[in-house]
Amino acid sequence: MWFVHHFCNVGNQVTISDVQQLKSMATQVRRDVLRQVYNVQSGHPGGSLGLADYFTALFFHFMKYDSANFTMEAHDEDVFFLSNGHVSPVYYSVLARAGFFPVSELSTFRLLNTRLQGHPATHEGLPGIRVATGSLGQGLSVAAGVALAKKLDNDNRMVYVVTGDGELQEGQIWEAVMYASHNKLDNMLVAVDFNGQQIDGSTLDIMGFSELGSKFAAFGWEVVHMDGNNMEEILRVVPEAQAKMGKGKPVVIIMKTEMGQGVDFMMGTHAWHGKAPNAEQFENAMAQLPATELGDF
Amino acid sequence: MKKFEVTAQKDTRSGFGAGLLEAAKLNENVVGLCADLTGSLMMDAFQKEFPHRFFQAGIAEANMMGLAAGLATAGKIPFTGTFANFSTGRVYDQIRQSIAYSDKNVKICASHAGLTLGEDGATHQILEDLGLMKMLPGMVVINPCDYNQTKAATMAIANYHGPVYLRFGRPKWPVFIPETQAFEIGKALMLNEGADVSIFATGHLVWKAIQAGEILAEKGISAEIINIHTIKPLDAEAVLNSARKTRCVVTAEEHQINGGLGDSIAQLLARNLPLPVEMVAVMDSFGESGKPEELLVKYHLDTPDIVAAAEKAISRKG
Repeated sequence: MWFVHHFCNVGNQVTISDVQQLKSMATQVRRDVLRQVYNVQSGHPGGSLGLADYFTALFFHFMKYDSANFTMEAHDEDVFFLSNGHVSPVYYSVLARAGFFPVSELSTFRLLNTRLQGHPATHEGLPGIRVATGSLGQGLSVAAGVALAKKLDNDNRMVYVVTGDGELQEGQIWEAVMYASHNKLDNMLVAVDFNGQQIDGSTLDIMGFSELGSKFAAFGWEVVHMDGNNMEEILRVVPEAQAKMGKGKPVVIIMKTEMGQGVDFMMGTHAWHGKAPNAEQFENAMAQLPATELGDF
Repeated sequence: MKKFEVTAQKDTRSGFGAGLLEAAKLNENVVGLCADLTGSLMMDAFQKEFPHRFFQAGIAEANMMGLAAGLATAGKIPFTGTFANFSTGRVYDQIRQSIAYSDKNVKICASHAGLTLGEDGATHQILEDLGLMKMLPGMVVINPCDYNQTKAATMAIANYHGPVYLRFGRPKWPVFIPETQAFEIGKALMLNEGADVSIFATGHLVWKAIQAGEILAEKGISAEIINIHTIKPLDAEAVLNSARKTRCVVTAEEHQINGGLGDSIAQLLARNLPLPVEMVAVMDSFGESGKPEELLVKYHLDTPDIVAAAEKAISRKG
């Protein structure tokens, strides 16, 4: 069993150092995403598939946390905030695979009485979730509040955030961007999921932002660019971004991803932003993502 | 009618400022955030005493609510300060999702509420905030009536875990609640026992209700006056006990008739004890510029309006 041999348990955390094993985990996460959405015939597969690699790298390689003893406060732990909550399937998959709750619970996604609400919520007490997100633009502000508290408490752990790119159309994002820079929240690493797609079409057509990196830079942020669907590049660039932290500026990764990554017919389109595959499409999609030794839920 | 001694004329926002400073001295987790209105909210003493626990959010209220949710996530007890309009309507979805639904221990502290904001006019005179906030599941809604009660309420909410909306105002107002009066969230305060009509008042209009009670007494009418400082959770027992005795009710508040204290009490009575209810409130209109007392007269939130409402309620008894 390669799981036993190649995964390293540090505290209550599974840490993967090997790039092939990380890729394999990302594939399993993608299979989880598709199965969750297919089971209930609703949810957001496109963005979730695009983010599978970065989520896997964060939760199984970069972040330090205690999944078996989840606390809201997360003192002396890294914390993660998903601002674009609709990609909940990828979030739930990594949380389950990281030990925050049983993997079998993924089968309850979006069902009545589930802890795995359509959009992430704290209300049902799902370990791993620290604030409800779904109404866009809010998560970055909440993350900034935690970053402030960590500074107040002399807690040197980091705050990791993922936002959508369409989400940057919300004005509150730029309030938070301005605040984080003015207040030197250099313990915050934000990744913008730059997949160029939103519900009604391409972000460039809907309300595009040219020179996104320059915009963040003009607001006083350190800016890093990265291919968010290339595990080798993620493992190389995230440490570079981390090295820029702690120096008076918040850091953003403009992370190019492909919506629907890993499933050919879901890529290159915004059509799978919030649509579930039918039985035939599901089989086709799963066939493109080889089963892993972790097994499906 | 019991006599109330007015010990001073003070603004309720100063009660908040004093309460925040005391709460912060007692609990190191208390932090403050303000959206460019530190002086108006009387948060400067706190800022000066605890500069590292004060966060200037700038004119960016949506972000401020998110910051507060984050600070609460990390175990702090954040008090946000801005005008009532910008504390509620402007940031409703942020409060709904990041604070109320996420059950964050945030204290949303709102000054310059209602018509008594005065000259700034209707853009700033929110009259819908109690309704907006009380509709959110789990939100505690408090509208104290004078300086002492506002100070006590501010200190009390620091010791309560959960989201709270605390509403207060700008003008100097009679101080008549004793400094030693305990503040219990959700517990109505009996001000005057009476037999003929129950007057349930909140905020600045509590003092008007007391004045109305004196006029009613001269007319031979015994008014029971109860201060409902906590709109939610409503002290149903106190309301029903009083209404059972007097058999008619008046509500008084500096808020729209839709969604305020009157609505809450009418709902309670309709479901448990249907009785005549008269409401002293703003009748579905915006405010305007003017002096606070002039506005209360024009919008029928003054002492004679409460007297008239009491007489009408009594006349409607079966």
